[in-house]
Amino acid sequence: MNHKAGTVRRPYVRPMQGWWRRDPFFVRYMVREVTAVAVALYALILMGGVVCLAQGVLAWNLWLAAMRSPWSLLLHGVLLYAMFVHAKSWFEIMPKTMPMMFVGGQRVAGSTITRCGWAATALVSVGVLGLACWWAVR
Amino acid sequence: MRKRSNAPVFWLLFGAGGMLSALFGMALVFITGIVVPLGVEPYGDLMSYSRMVRFAQNWLGKGFIFAIVALFAWHAAHRIYHSLHDLGVHTGALAKLACYGGALVVTAVTAIALLSVGF
Amino acid sequence: MPEARKTIEIRVMRYRPEQDDAPVWQSYQVPYTDDMSVLQGLQYIKDELDGTLSFRWSCRMAICGSCGMMVNGQPKLSCQTFLRHLLPGPVRIEGLAHFPIERDLVVNVEGFIEKLEGIKPYIIPKQQRTLAQGEHLQTPAQLEQFEQFSSCINCMLCYAAHRYNADSRDGGREQRMEIMNAEEGVWGCTAVGYCSEVCPKHVDPANAVNQNKVNSAKDYFLRFLSPKGMHE
Repeated sequence: MNHKAGTVRRPYVRPMQGWWRRDPFFVRYMVREVTAVAVALYALILMGGVVCLAQGVLAWNLWLAAMRSPWSLLLHGVLLYAMFVHAKSWFEIMPKTMPMMFVGGQRVAGSTITRCGWAATALVSVGVLGLACWWAVR
Repeated sequence: MRKRSNAPVFWLLFGAGGMLSALFGMALVFITGIVVPLGVEPYGDLMSYSRMVRFAQNWLGKGFIFAIVALFAWHAAHRIYHSLHDLGVHTGALAKLACYGGALVVTAVTAIALLSVGF
Repeated sequence: MPEARKTIEIRVMRYRPEQDDAPVWQSYQVPYTDDMSVLQGLQYIKDELDGTLSFRWSCRMAICGSCGMMVNGQPKLSCQTFLRHLLPGPVRIEGLAHFPIERDLVVNVEGFIEKLEGIKPYIIPKQQRTLAQGEHLQTPAQLEQFEQFSSCINCMLCYAAHRYNADSRDGGREQRMEIMNAEEGVWGCTAVGYCSEVCPKHVDPANAVNQNKVNSAKDYFLRFLSPKGMHE
């Protein structure tokens, strides 16, 4: 055994497993990332719908019936919440992904950018609901 | 010479899909998954076959459906691929193929279906 | 009658390569006052309880960047973290995360230094200026583009949290772009944002890295328009 302390170097590398469970910040990050599964699921559901639509009225009505099932309603409740979590975390990180913005010589704050994102979502949602309403009664 | 990453392509698709799902996601899930199946008026008849076919045959309707489905898929593929790495799964060509390949399949299937619906 | 001193338990991750196979936790009871930092707690341990404890520090006023370590699992400057905020204890201290441990709280930062050298962390002037020409001139707007990022003290808390080229005087974009464009450059970043949370100088590295994603993407798509890649 080398007794000359300070001349022995044996750097110790700490293991990375479970890294994200060690800090609440990271847990929130993983929750944000998991919303991608919801987005994927919804895309698949819609794709199924389009495929059924292309196959005619019988296939389409089967898809509609599936959408009316209690399981589907429950799933879409979960998906709705996941979409909300996605939107919230997206607009929170959005300022960090943009170049610095200036209005009238002043730096635009991150929180302002986030609020603009939410405002746009509100507008789009009202627009979509309104358009759908109009299309439904045509 | 370091290899230039092709990440920008996937990142832009990820960004577009993320923005679209942040803006439209809640409203679309609410309408297609809850309001219409429950028959809440006046949306009860919104997704009847005849209405949906007319919507999908229209160029704007096609474009909208395609953008939503495809970009949602590319967004999710990119995020899921990177999350695998976060979870300690060793990401190689197979993981890339599964994720981005999946998005490509969804894109192609949706495009074909939208074209089959006619004009 | 003298007042009994309040004490707090400080648990330090020890590692002595000449005698330990793996790190071990060691506990100390440290008397403290309300104005004591974690660094002062460690200094008490070294001075009064256990002279073998090794740790880095220098300015003790949050400007040199030497004393970064994990305090209760979060990257902190030990000189800027106060024992009174960590009551009732125990306070867990270990070396900065994601770096190999050399000894006790001293970590191996060679990887960081190499990367820092690699991106040439100095101005490469667009045009050479002689002394007679005087200083580079910048408007306040130009200064604002990069000033917060230049506040970095290389304390590496962002590296522990982890999981930059806006200076108008600089002409070194191309040279650094090669590193940035690579997968090990900016594209490994998934915008967690924790690095900006822990930065003691509010440099906002998350913004710096992700701005460079925009730059890198521009370079990727617009390189075909110019033989030497994108300029501005």
